[in-house]
Amino acid sequence: MITKRIIPCLDVKDGRVVKGVNFKSLGDVDSPVSLAKRYSECGADELVFYDITASAEGRALFTDILCETAKSVFIPLTVGGGINTVNDFDRVLKCGADKVSVNSGAIRDPSLVYEAAKLYGSQCVVISCDIKRVDGEFRVFSKGGRESAGLEAIEWIKRCVANGAGEVVVNSIDTDGVKHGFDIELLNAVCSAVSVPVIASGGAGCIEDFIDLFKNVPDIDAGLAASVFHFNEVDIIDLKREMHKNGIPVRM
Amino acid sequence: MTAIVDYGVGNLFSLRSSLHFLGEDAAVTSDIETLRDADRIILPGVGAFGDAAQKLRSGGLARAVTELASSGKPILGICLGMQLLFEKSLEFGEHDGLGLIPGTVIPLAGKIDESLKIPHIGWNALEFKKPSVLFKYINNGDYVYFVHSYYASGCGEYVTSVSEYGVDVTASVERGNVYGCQFHPEKSGKVGLAILKAFTETEQTK
Repeated sequence: MITKRIIPCLDVKDGRVVKGVNFKSLGDVDSPVSLAKRYSECGADELVFYDITASAEGRALFTDILCETAKSVFIPLTVGGGINTVNDFDRVLKCGADKVSVNSGAIRDPSLVYEAAKLYGSQCVVISCDIKRVDGEFRVFSKGGRESAGLEAIEWIKRCVANGAGEVVVNSIDTDGVKHGFDIELLNAVCSAVSVPVIASGGAGCIEDFIDLFKNVPDIDAGLAASVFHFNEVDIIDLKREMHKNGIPVRM
Repeated sequence: MTAIVDYGVGNLFSLRSSLHFLGEDAAVTSDIETLRDADRIILPGVGAFGDAAQKLRSGGLARAVTELASSGKPILGICLGMQLLFEKSLEFGEHDGLGLIPGTVIPLAGKIDESLKIPHIGWNALEFKKPSVLFKYINNGDYVYFVHSYYASGCGEYVTSVSEYGVDVTASVERGNVYGCQFHPEKSGKVGLAILKAFTETEQTK
């Protein structure tokens, strides 16, 4: 039986790992290379490497740091941030990424998902979506949560999956960084709309939040978080032990 | 030296990095002479079977790999590279593989419960069916990382392990000096590295 995945996210800015509350006030944590190794060794199922400011600053992701990270990590690695063209896919795949996550780039050019899936296969294309409730509706935001994209979230995700996205990362801006748990309502809505794997992001504060996620969103495939792992507030080994105790299939 | 066959399919960065990590000399190559000189060969691959089989054939690489396998050189096919070892695949039509191991590659769709997602992506446990050289440093029940929508069937006695995903998915095969893993050892953490280590210790059998 396939296990539920635990995915630490490394938000990178200027070669360092950072994490903000509601995406703002970034604070330095650690080097991506050493953190990636640490996570890989303590049982992370996968890693996400995200150049958090690449999109807002309109520049390409640093490939040298990515390369160095990928050389020391032997679990799946997803890379995102500043992915706007199929050339960007090519560049990060050559640096050791297994999957490439697109967000603002797909909003700007909706054919990007289709073109990339055709070239590299759906398994390689992850659509990442920053979502906020506006007037009782789930709306998509771009550029690291700074700008409304003018799209309804569930329809947008369905469209990306139809175009070939093989996995969906759902980041709730409403719960991100505040550590009161994942956005169960939003995640259930996405899971019932698509049949590809869905990864929950935004809101994890403690082990219990992950248990609630997997119990209350049965179709969710993975839980992603950044700061709770960076600051050792949640130890991955303890988390997995607790998941196992709760009957959630997990790789120990 | 272990040669990784470069035929323009998939990402070879991690595979090369993991062999380097193990202290194994690795060459990513499409040169047939280099394959002949290698102690063993890894056939990687991601993407569609038909396209990959065609690319492998076009440069004479398919023939070289088949000949070297028959001469007793250890060959490890990974993911689509494993699928290419079989007789044929039913992915988008019908395509011939290398025929080094009996079996047909068929879709998971239609064979598994509709509630299970396709592709089969993620960590799944290996259930050993037979002893294998590749299992030298790992245990029954260890987890490995899969990403695939098709799987090998009808491989009979050559199946060495399976993973449960609605059906018993053929996870690894072995026929003499020819080995295959449906999962990605280069992405399966310590367990995967241990499988690759066991492979780098294999030697020419004839």
